[in-house]
This record gives sequence, structure tokens and C-alpha cells, in this order.
Amino acid sequence: MRRCCLGVVAVLTVVTACASGESSSRSGGDADVTVFAAASLTAAFTELGEAFSAANPDAEVTFNFAASSELVAQINQGAPVDVFASADATNMDKLFDAGLVADDPVIFATNVAEIIVEPGNPRGITEVSDLADGDLVVVQCAPEVPCGSYAELIFANAGVSVTPASFEENVKSVVTKVTLGEADAGVVYRTDVLAASDDADGVVIADDVNVVAKYPIALTANAANPDGAQAFVDFVLGPSGQQVLADFGFGST
Amino acid sequence: MRKQRPQRSRRAALPLPALILAGVAVAFFALPLVGLLWRAPWSNAWTYLTDDAALTALRLSLVTSLCATAISIVFGVPLAWLLARVAFPGRGAVRALCLLSMVLPPVVGGVALFFALGRRGLVGQYLDEWFGITLPFTTAGVVVAQTFVAMPFLVVTVEAALRQLDPRLEEASRTLGASRWYTFRRVTLPAIRPALTAGAVLAWARALGEFGATITFAGNFPGTTQTMPLAVYLSLETNPEEAIVLALVMIAISFAVLVGLRDRWFGSIGRPQQVVA
Repeated sequence: MRRCCLGVVAVLTVVTACASGESSSRSGGDADVTVFAAASLTAAFTELGEAFSAANPDAEVTFNFAASSELVAQINQGAPVDVFASADATNMDKLFDAGLVADDPVIFATNVAEIIVEPGNPRGITEVSDLADGDLVVVQCAPEVPCGSYAELIFANAGVSVTPASFEENVKSVVTKVTLGEADAGVVYRTDVLAASDDADGVVIADDVNVVAKYPIALTANAANPDGAQAFVDFVLGPSGQQVLADFGFGST
Repeated sequence: MRKQRPQRSRRAALPLPALILAGVAVAFFALPLVGLLWRAPWSNAWTYLTDDAALTALRLSLVTSLCATAISIVFGVPLAWLLARVAFPGRGAVRALCLLSMVLPPVVGGVALFFALGRRGLVGQYLDEWFGITLPFTTAGVVVAQTFVAMPFLVVTVEAALRQLDPRLEEASRTLGASRWYTFRRVTLPAIRPALTAGAVLAWARALGEFGATITFAGNFPGTTQTMPLAVYLSLETNPEEAIVLALVMIAISFAVLVGLRDRWFGSIGRPQQVVA
């Protein structure tokens, strides 16, 4: 019986230790900025965050990258976040309408869609209409995700009907399917093709068919660190931030 | 353990602190469910339920999870038997290897399946080249992903039962002239049936809820690879109400199965094994 009690006490000690550890890690660092950003911004914002921290030594930036639509869902459920950078206006509008955005969102970058193919383009894909070939394994984002709605718009513009093998949950999984060789082609952003470097090639989509994705950024209404958040947004819109974005293939506004 | 006591006296003997902790645990599991019920859009529920896309995903989920369970039984029972009964060098390593997918993040499991069975995978390239079989983006791929994460649950449960089983029963059957296969079928299997059922239900439940490995390895296409969890996940982003209804359907089905089986089959677990030879 005594041994049993000791066991219970030991377990409870561990439990309370877990709980207190959780809360102490939360409260640390008032200057921290939490940024929720679209999956397509992963590489660019990671580098941008390092540049921001280098310029502001006290401030630490923490990122959460996912499909914009998923980030909106998380913020709606009360996720702690200071800045939201979306891959499309639709998702930013959803947050804006929910009253979760502090002020008017600003467009900070643009991106265009591109067809991602295996290195050397072994299937000889040259334009959007080639994707209608039933022998090709084509993947695209789910229509619920920005890159998916852009893809459907592009197919409609080109007047082709494409039957994808899969509707991926975000743009990076489309890239992975192609770089692993499981899919022949996918519709992603130009920046994703650049980020994949040697593992994939890109096929440019004609301007009259393509869409331009505009990326809005905004402070959230419940930002725990509004000053730090504003500093980060200013940095993104400033010359050094824009330079980093340009390096990763984003267009300026 | 060996003594059979009526349930009631055992319950009364439970010390108060344990009772409180158990109560907290029950609340911990019940509250999120209550939360779902609380937020569920009851007035629109029927519309979401009879939605074609939802029914397709539900049907696919049921078919694939049952297939995965069947495959887990066919391969998992012999595997459990091997691990429990045959002493061979490196048995511990083999067991760890077979249970690894329980701790592996499912998305990583999905990528690993690509490396093994994908179009460019170790084995997959030959499947494609020689037989024209490609698993990614197919319903078979869903079953593979589900089996990969679900089978260990069956193996662990059945192996534990086999270890507890008195080997003299099987030896007696063998001395009486029964073949190995006959002994396995008529002595071993009936004795471990409760554990086998429990393991199969665990594996089925895990397969039904499988998300990460499925969306990575099999992708997401309505009718072929979009199972319930995938449909719930995607609709959570655009239509949370629908997601809640779909999630509740999954919960209701699993709950019904778990409760139904509990009374009929699990009752004999923990009691001394009875073998009719």
C-alpha cells in the first residue's frame, strides 16, 4: 500500500512538472513575435526571420507554416499569433470578417503559378493543356487551399479538364510528390520550383492563362506583442525584406 | 489474477484516490466529445450526412479499414506467434522493428512507404516495371498505409496472449497426435480468441482514424483515396460545421462497435483461459 502511494506521488510529481514546464516556456521572452505564414513562404520567411532577428537582436521570430486556410482555422480557434501572412485574399478576408485582424491587410508580395515537373522534364510537358493527358500522374492542391483554387482557375482559363491523382493538403506536398518521382507534374508556385532547385524543373504557364497570387500580411487583433509584430511587418515591406523575397522568386507589389 | 471474483467486490475495494484519478481520466476523454456535440450544427446535420461526398468517404473508410484489419490478422497472428514462441537470435530487434510504425510520425511513415513501395521505391519500381502495379494514389495504397500503422496493435495484443498461454496445452495436443496446424487451429486460436478480437478491434480503430500516412502515401482523391479523416480535415478549413458532423459519424460508428464487442467478446479477458480440446 505504501509503495502504491509512493507511485501515485511520483506520477503526480511528473504530471505537475509537465504542467509547470509548459507554462514557464510560454511566458518567456516578451519580445517574441509569432508569425503564421502560408506554406509557400516557408523558405523565404525563414531567411527573412533570421535577417529580422539579426537587425533586432532582442526579438525572436517563431513561425508556423501551413496552408493559409488551415492557419485561418487555427487562428479562429484562438491560436496565439501576432502576424498572419496569407497566400490569397480569400483567407485573409475570412479573418478580417471574423474581426481577428487589427488593421487593413497590405499586399507584400506576388507569386505566379508554374507547372512543376521532374528534373529534365522527361514527359515533355510544355503547356497547361498537356496536363489533360490521362497517362500523366498530375497532382494539385485541394480546392479548399489557395494553390488549389488557383490551379482550378488556370485549368478553366486554359479550357482544359484535368483529372488529378490527388488533391494535396498544401503546396509543399505537391512538390514532394513530384520530387519523389511519384507524380509526373503538379501545379505549384514559381517560388516552390525555385526552392526545389535540382530536384525539379518548372514549366512556365502562359500569362494569358496564369493567375497572379497576391500575398496580404496583417497584424492580428489579439497580438500579444503588437509592437514587435508591427516591426516585423515593416521589415517585410522594407527594402531588406523585399530583397529576400525577390531572392526566392517572389514578385514585388 | 487467477482467482475469479465477482465484479462488484473488486469495485468496492478501489481506494478513493484511484477513483478520483480514474474520474479525471474519464472526464479528459469525455469532454472533447461533449465539446463536439455542443458545437454540432444539429439543424443542418442531416444535409451534411446525406451529402454524396460524405457518404463516399464513409464507405471508402469502412471498406479500407476492414481490409486493413483482415490483412493485419492474416499476417499479424503468425508474426505474433513467431515473436512469442520461436526463440531466434535478434528476436528483440525484430519485434522492435515490427512495432516501429506505432511511434513513427504517420507522415514520415507515408514518406518511408514511398521509398519502399512508391513508383521509384526499392521494391515499388519493380512492381511497376514487372507487373504494372503502382500503389500511390490508389485505394490499395490506402489499405497499405492503414495496415502499416494498424497491424502492430494486433501483434502486441496477440503476442501478449500467446505468452500467457500455458504451452502445456499445445504440447498435450501434439502428444495426442494432432498436427501443428490442427493444434494451432483447435487449441491455440480458441484460447487467444478474446485477445485476437481485442487486437483486431484496436487495429481496425487505428486504421479507421488513420490520417498522416494515408494522405502522404495514397494522396487525397474523392472516391479512391479520400477517407473520412481526410474529408474531415479538409472540410475543417472551409466548413467546420460539416467537419464536426462527419467526425461525429466516425465516433458514433466506432463507439457502437467498441460497446457492442465489449459485452460479447471482451468479457472473458482476464479470466483463466478455457480450452475445449
